[in-house]
Amino acid sequence: MSKIKSAEIKIGLEVHCQLTNLKTKLFCSCSSDYRGKEPNTHICPICMGMPGTLPVLNEKALEDAIMVAIALNSEISERMLFFRKNYFYPDMPKNFQISQYDKAGGVPLALGGCIQINDKRIRIRRIQLEEDPGKLSYDGTIESSTYTLVDYNRAGIALIEIVTEPDIESPKEARLFLEKLRSILEHLGISDGSLEGSMRCDANISLKGGKRVEIKNISSFKEVERALNFEITRQKSLIERGITIGQETRHWDEVRRITISLRTKEEEQDYRYFPEPDLVPVIIQKDQIKEIEQRMPELPDERRRRFIEQYHLLPQNAEILTRSKDMADFFEECTKLYEKPKEISNWLIGEFLSYLHDKGIEMNELRLAPRHLVDMLRFIDEGTISRKMAKSVLQEMLLTGKMPDIIVKEKKFEKILDREYVRNMVERVLKENPQAAKDAIIDEKAINYLMGQLMKATEGKIDPKLAGEIIRERLSELAIS
Amino acid sequence: MSRYAELPAYEIVERIKAHEIKAEDYIASLYERIKRIEKDVHAYITLTEDLALKKAREIDKKIEKGEKTGRLCGAGIAIKDNICMKGVRTTCASPMLEKFIPPYNATVVKRIEDEDGIILGKANMDEFAMGSSTEYSYFGTTHNPWDLKRVPGGSSGGSAAAIASSTASLALGSDTGGSIRCPASFCLVVGLKPTYGLVSRFGLIAYANSLEQIGPITKDVRDCALLLSCITSHDPLDSTSVDKPQEDYTKYLMDDINGIRIGVIKEFFGEGTQDSVAKGVWDAILKLEELGANYQEISLKNLHYALPSYYIIAMSEASSNLARYDGLRYGYRIPDKSYDWSTVYSKDRRFGFGFEVKRRIILGTFALSAGYYNEYYLKAQKIRTLIKRDFEMAFKRFDVLIGPTMPILPFKIGEKVQDPLEMYMCDVDTVPANLVGIPSISIPCGFSLGLPIGLQMMVPPFREGLLLRVAFSFQRNFPTLARLGNYE
Repeated sequence: MSKIKSAEIKIGLEVHCQLTNLKTKLFCSCSSDYRGKEPNTHICPICMGMPGTLPVLNEKALEDAIMVAIALNSEISERMLFFRKNYFYPDMPKNFQISQYDKAGGVPLALGGCIQINDKRIRIRRIQLEEDPGKLSYDGTIESSTYTLVDYNRAGIALIEIVTEPDIESPKEARLFLEKLRSILEHLGISDGSLEGSMRCDANISLKGGKRVEIKNISSFKEVERALNFEITRQKSLIERGITIGQETRHWDEVRRITISLRTKEEEQDYRYFPEPDLVPVIIQKDQIKEIEQRMPELPDERRRRFIEQYHLLPQNAEILTRSKDMADFFEECTKLYEKPKEISNWLIGEFLSYLHDKGIEMNELRLAPRHLVDMLRFIDEGTISRKMAKSVLQEMLLTGKMPDIIVKEKKFEKILDREYVRNMVERVLKENPQAAKDAIIDEKAINYLMGQLMKATEGKIDPKLAGEIIRERLSELAIS
Repeated sequence: MSRYAELPAYEIVERIKAHEIKAEDYIASLYERIKRIEKDVHAYITLTEDLALKKAREIDKKIEKGEKTGRLCGAGIAIKDNICMKGVRTTCASPMLEKFIPPYNATVVKRIEDEDGIILGKANMDEFAMGSSTEYSYFGTTHNPWDLKRVPGGSSGGSAAAIASSTASLALGSDTGGSIRCPASFCLVVGLKPTYGLVSRFGLIAYANSLEQIGPITKDVRDCALLLSCITSHDPLDSTSVDKPQEDYTKYLMDDINGIRIGVIKEFFGEGTQDSVAKGVWDAILKLEELGANYQEISLKNLHYALPSYYIIAMSEASSNLARYDGLRYGYRIPDKSYDWSTVYSKDRRFGFGFEVKRRIILGTFALSAGYYNEYYLKAQKIRTLIKRDFEMAFKRFDVLIGPTMPILPFKIGEKVQDPLEMYMCDVDTVPANLVGIPSISIPCGFSLGLPIGLQMMVPPFREGLLLRVAFSFQRNFPTLARLGNYE
């Protein structure tokens, strides 16, 4: 049994993004600001699917979706249709979802397009507009709970579904794709990916020789990489034991971090798609697309190119910064206050990112303003703190949100500029290292050793410039005597 | 006061506005009549007497003060029970919605109230408007006022029977495949299905959304024009409602049809059409000729497929529309809750729906299923397009297309209820107008063996004015053929 190479992995994603910046739901005038609200208070007869009510399309949602299609270079349909996707489930008030379809005469909002990740293009198959179902909650897990609670506040929230071709070749690439997509949506100002459940995805994965397995219920981007890694390991071990992978749908269990079989191909649902008779075909005029195009904001790719040109950043650094709108915005805010963009970029990509990664949090969860970083960088320039100290200051800033001058004072991070104290310490080091002191008189290199000892003794708190000065002064005095 | 009951609505409105009668007295007299007659006819599911009398007193006050009143001032109106009325139970004649009280008004209800019309109650119908006889009502059959042993037609049987028995001045029905025109024909009243999109469907509980329209059922053509004028309007709550300026259709009521070109649809006189019906309709056509119209026969080659196409589309849409009735948020819920949700759904739907409704849900689900979709639903839609084209071609040659509304005379209660196919066949002449989306009217055109015959006329989209003009001329010149129902 040969080992499966990464090139033999094919992953396709179906990403559902809520249009979180809309004021109202997709087909009614209920407020879409449902998070943290009392269950079943953001509902009306229309999104509850009460008898006799009819959906009316939110025009702003259509505009937002058109913007996405333009950003992903998709072909926007001149005449798009809504289709009903029929299945029974308690989170759906009508027991069908108003969605779109690309078969059976259906025409979704847009077809084709791509997202560029580094040097690779991930092709988009289609983009469609649809309504979110409500939310179910259980007492503990589905299996153990004796009841199910339904909250319809989310029912009818506008979603765009973005389906990729199976061009993704690794779990990491899947994450990068999603990060890029999120950055695009955030740059467009239509979806805030940091809101809980605002971006969810299903993943289709096949290994060479195996059938396509769909993983559902992946609630965040972090989970995607995990779920896919688990699934690859699972499938590989089956293949190694000579078991063929059949087509099935699996459920990602976030708690246990495993996938569980939901249904096999034979049990696949028949959604009985057909055109939604209560909505008329939506005609999208060329002029409307042009008008929207004209007010499109700068997108991550353009921004990355601008960062390289304007701030002379390394391409890979510009790429990393623009992967998140918050990060890129933070960077640019800093550049307005501080003249060394590369320095800003290095700190953001180094210390900031690893902190975010370790804590598993988002840029917007930090209590930091550009001022924090810039002040700290100024302290380094002025020699108030060393680079090494700056790292500690930064950690403290990230943790507490305090301004660097406060931290420096509180933590006594300020470098010691007291000549008397430094002189005493130098004296002590020279005494403790008589041989090195002798060598140093004739050998410059030995000075470095003494310097190191000095820093060790003072926990790096003394100003290296001043220390060097005093060491040389004392050595020349010793040489004379 | 009871002598007013048989007057057409426009006369009642005039008299109330002229201080001749009080709205309250008139409405009270209608309820007295309802109480006498309902046990025989059973046109209503729910009466809204208190609300109606309160509204009548408000109108009387307005008139006393000399305030402006609406075009339906004081008229008592029956509303089919699939049209939502805020705070009043709206059942669709189904156990599923037996206790359902909508917190909103249908747009047509709002329009009627704005015009000072008074809603008397909710009229009986076939469950979820699925039927042609009103026998499939959970609340019991409505009887034809012309012969109580016979059906009033359906599904808006209650609305038509209320008009025929003068227990309402005006009525609203809904027509998915003939549900206004069929009972209008069987009860010898006027029923009009408007152009698709002319009347808002907001608040109409859907059976088959792409086919159905709300429309008037009235004693005569003038009332029909009056009520139609009041309920048509562009409605931002209904995406399929057409953005057209409102019209006063009574201005079309001229006694002049000279030179009107009438196409007699041959297929409407084919196999299954009773001779007495064919004869009654032909007599009417000859009468129209006397009035100056020209007629010619015409054959529409795809009409043959209209009925099966209609049923496939209607049932497919219904299977999806009716999925929402699971008992979770409203509607029938089994008392025992100790099941998982899918079992609860199954049981709610098993007991909450009647037999015919379940039959159509199952057939519609089948027609939309993978592997059958192309063979059934999509094919039916293609045929729909072909039939539309047939009609477009025909309307190049003719102003009005004509034929019987129903191929048969009103049948006996229980006669067809065991044979769904025979029941479906009753709709053969009415479904084409729904597939095509054009206006169609049924007006009384005579009797055979003491039973009413209806004449059906169709015109191109949005030509309701012309349709009403031809109907008006016929009614005015041959009033004995189009005489009002006289139950007492």
